[in-house]
Amino acid sequence: MTRRLYRVLATLLVPAASVATALAAVAGLVLITGEAPSRALCTLLRGALGDPEGIGYTLFYATDYVFAGLAVALPFQAGLFNIGGEGQAALGGLGATLVVLALGSLPAPIVLVVAIIGAVGFGAAWAFVPAVLLARRGSHLVITTIMFNFLAAALMTWLLVEVLIAPGQSALETRTFPPRLWLPTLADITAGTRFDAGEAPLNPMAFLALLAAAFYWVLLHRTPLGYEIRAAGLSPLAAQAAGIRVPRIIMLAVCGGGAVAGLIAVNELFGSQHRLTADITAGAGFTGIAVALLGRNHPVGIVFAAVLFGTLNQGGAALSFDMPGITRDVVTVAEGVVIFVCGMLDGVARGHIGRFLRTLWMAPARQAR
Amino acid sequence: MDGAGTAGEMSLLLLSLAASTVRLAAPLVLAALAGLYAERSGVVDIGLEGKMLAAVFAGAAVASLTGSAALGLGAGIAAALVLALLHGVATIAGADQIVSGMALNLIAAGATPSLASAWFRQRGTTPPLPAGARFGPITLPLAQSLGEVPIVGWVYTTIISGHSLPVYLAWLAVPLTAFVLSYTGFGLRLRAVGESPEAVDAAGLSVARLRFTALAVNGVLCGLAGVCLSMAQGNGFLRDMSAGRGYLALAALIFGKWRPWPVLAACLLFAAADAVQARLQGVVLPGFGAVPVQLIQALPYVITVVILAGLVGTARPPRALGKPYPPVR
Repeated sequence: MTRRLYRVLATLLVPAASVATALAAVAGLVLITGEAPSRALCTLLRGALGDPEGIGYTLFYATDYVFAGLAVALPFQAGLFNIGGEGQAALGGLGATLVVLALGSLPAPIVLVVAIIGAVGFGAAWAFVPAVLLARRGSHLVITTIMFNFLAAALMTWLLVEVLIAPGQSALETRTFPPRLWLPTLADITAGTRFDAGEAPLNPMAFLALLAAAFYWVLLHRTPLGYEIRAAGLSPLAAQAAGIRVPRIIMLAVCGGGAVAGLIAVNELFGSQHRLTADITAGAGFTGIAVALLGRNHPVGIVFAAVLFGTLNQGGAALSFDMPGITRDVVTVAEGVVIFVCGMLDGVARGHIGRFLRTLWMAPARQAR
Repeated sequence: MDGAGTAGEMSLLLLSLAASTVRLAAPLVLAALAGLYAERSGVVDIGLEGKMLAAVFAGAAVASLTGSAALGLGAGIAAALVLALLHGVATIAGADQIVSGMALNLIAAGATPSLASAWFRQRGTTPPLPAGARFGPITLPLAQSLGEVPIVGWVYTTIISGHSLPVYLAWLAVPLTAFVLSYTGFGLRLRAVGESPEAVDAAGLSVARLRFTALAVNGVLCGLAGVCLSMAQGNGFLRDMSAGRGYLALAALIFGKWRPWPVLAACLLFAAADAVQARLQGVVLPGFGAVPVQLIQALPYVITVVILAGLVGTARPPRALGKPYPPVR
């Protein structure tokens, strides 16, 4: 009973503490600009949740972040840290764009489905090399995925400069996708009604994000593969001894993460930007780390954390619009603080300080018995 | 006559490439050595980028407000030191060091442009630094008169003389680090705590204290690296000014197998690649076409992945790297 209570407290307290610290840090930044934090919070919330357009944007960003969070969480269940979400998402965008450029004349649903497959495939392929290097040669996944982020950036810039750039363009972007391939957005649906959502790019990919989160849970907790992934994460040696082929699990978990990361690009490309640029992800891959940590790698937690960061991102835009001197970068600070505090408290809970606290906590229970 | 002209041009080109290599390598060397201290003590540091960026901003901001290069230098070092010690606190508490490093990178990436636009209202930059608030080129003695002497004089005047203070500090830091690691008691303990913290603990030394000390040195060096970017090579703070150099330094650290002199060689190689690609931007080679500069830019990352794959040589990290001590559940 006490043990259970301890776990519940940890699951709730760690996110609460990290969000509170992050908000305090942002408030500090607001104070430095000479504005009132309370007014800033109002502006932020009103911008993110105050009207249909704000909500539409918030949930659009949240869609990105659910994919990004899952891309970190799935390998994490296998005990692995995938920092390569940025690069994998960029390559996913390349895959989807190549599909559009090659098959653009086919019926829209076919193109979209193949484009999603292309994005997932390219994202997984970009994760494949770090995964195989880890599984076969033991190369540190964190470092290789960081390097692959830079390699992806170089590759995308080169492709856009030399190959994919729209003719007669100076900006580094492909030609705009034909409008019949654009996903219907909340803005399209509500245009002219009382709930006019302005430009909000929220699109059906949001449902796919929820579906992906549900699939993630089923995969992990209701399939043999998920059991093997979790076992390999808890103890690779024990898993190996139990006959689980750990290298195979590493490959599947990391490539799976890359595949989900590819979906970020689909949401951005077909929902909002409609053309490939060098920076379609806008840092969503890194936000995924914060989302996964804050969501405790649980699908429900990830969805909540994604909505929180979507709110912050959209509200941050409103903030920078209303208050000169404040930029959207405060959201990045909030992400960093959340990651730091979560990591710190996890360490405290699992480390020697936690051991000490646990003995204090458990002692009365043991005596009662 | 024509041949002699091309040869002269070639040697001039080589000299100026070598000079920019030396200059561009300095922040990499400082950051990579910072990483070396942390990682040889067993603390993974992917936060080099963030600490550098914090110092880039703090140095430029204070220098532009006070007009003093020395105060800017102090502020840069202090900012990087604060982040390094935060990393230390997280590390000692048993937090995942990768998570903590990543967090510091994001905090610095967000806080620096936020503070810049709050204080200077210039869309996230600082104003250009006045002359006294920068580290200008230092002309070494005799550089003027030796400039005419072939080869030795050219090398001395163009490559060795005329750099700023942080660049010379970077070059001093390498032999100093090599000496400290190999020949001092602190160096021995530092290497020991990275290989076997249990043994260090059993010997009655404090693992936490040693790692904190290593991170303090790490912070100072990161601070110098950042100051080098904004107050010597650049002129004030620009958004994301470190531009991935912290990660590049991490790559150099791995390529250099966590040892000072090989790390220096790696930094020089990466800096040379950078100098060459800057020179080749837009150049069309006959029979080859435009040079894909992105390929040259990507080279350091490819090399690092190849090294990590163990395809060429092996890179053996310190044995206790990234493992909290005492171990966590």
